[in-house]
Amino acid sequence: MTVAQLIEPLELTLLTPQTSLEREVTGGCVCDLLSFVMARGDAGMAWITVQTHLNVIAVASLHEFSCVIVAEGSAVEPETLAKATEEDIPVLRSALSEYTLSGRLYALGVR
Amino acid sequence: MERIEKETTYQETRKVEKGDFAAAGQISASYKNMLKRLGVDSKVVRRLAIASYEAEINLAIHTFGGSMTITVYPDHIVLVVKDTGPGIADIGLAMQEGYSTASEQVRMLGFGAGMGLPNMKRCSDTFEITSELGIGTTIEMGFLLTP
Ligand SMILES: Nc1ncnc2c1ncn2[C@@H]1O[C@H](COP(=O)(O)OP(=O)(O)O)[C@@H](O)[C@H]1O
Ligand SMILES: [Mg+2]
Repeated sequence: MTVAQLIEPLELTLLTPQTSLEREVTGGCVCDLLSFVMARGDAGMAWITVQTHLNVIAVASLHEFSCVIVAEGSAVEPETLAKATEEDIPVLRSALSEYTLSGRLYALGVR
Repeated sequence: MERIEKETTYQETRKVEKGDFAAAGQISASYKNMLKRLGVDSKVVRRLAIASYEAEINLAIHTFGGSMTITVYPDHIVLVVKDTGPGIADIGLAMQEGYSTASEQVRMLGFGAGMGLPNMKRCSDTFEITSELGIGTTIEMGFLLTP
């Protein structure tokens, strides 16, 4: 399953139009504590969070996550999106909750 | 630390300013790119990137500022993280998973889970921390480069 294929079922809007959506989503992670994500993250994960500051992109990039999914329609600072574009980390947003998003991701077969 | 090895392939020192969250992650990202270019095993690159990221964040959150020095030897990498204070009163306590003195503001950003030092220890092959109140803290981490 690619990042592009998550857009419809998870009701996502792409906030970084210049990033690649062809990356495989090989796992998921739902967490707002960056140190937890640092400790437990793995390459290819889709990261669902309500954190939207610059360091989210730093962590996503270090782990080579497939994308960052911002839940609850949270506002994302332009600097975060600029950094995400630079690092080629797709940032997508949904009005859905972290709980619903992770449920749908799981139901799509992403383990 | 005083060990002098002849065949140093690369050494670089960079400063981290107090409170500079926006820049945090830049040093670990540059390490990652450099080590990948040098052909270092991706698992080692990953461990070093995680450890250096936690170190970078700690310098920004908990210290008056400091520096990170990476030295790449043919068979191992040494990362030295040094700051100018305030120092750690009880290292045993600081090393405990979940212990954190981070401010509410810093916690709001998702830091301050008290996992940074344990993460660094877990990700490195050797880990040494020394600290003196009013002087500062030094962490030295080693990473083996197995062929
Ligand atoms: N370089 C340092 N200088 C002073 N205190 C530190 C330093 N590094 C860590 N500490 C102390 O140790 C605690 C635990 O650190 P850490 O495991 O990285 O967790 P966190 O950064 O989430 O608080 C910190 O909250 C702080 O009190
Ligand atoms: Mg820390």
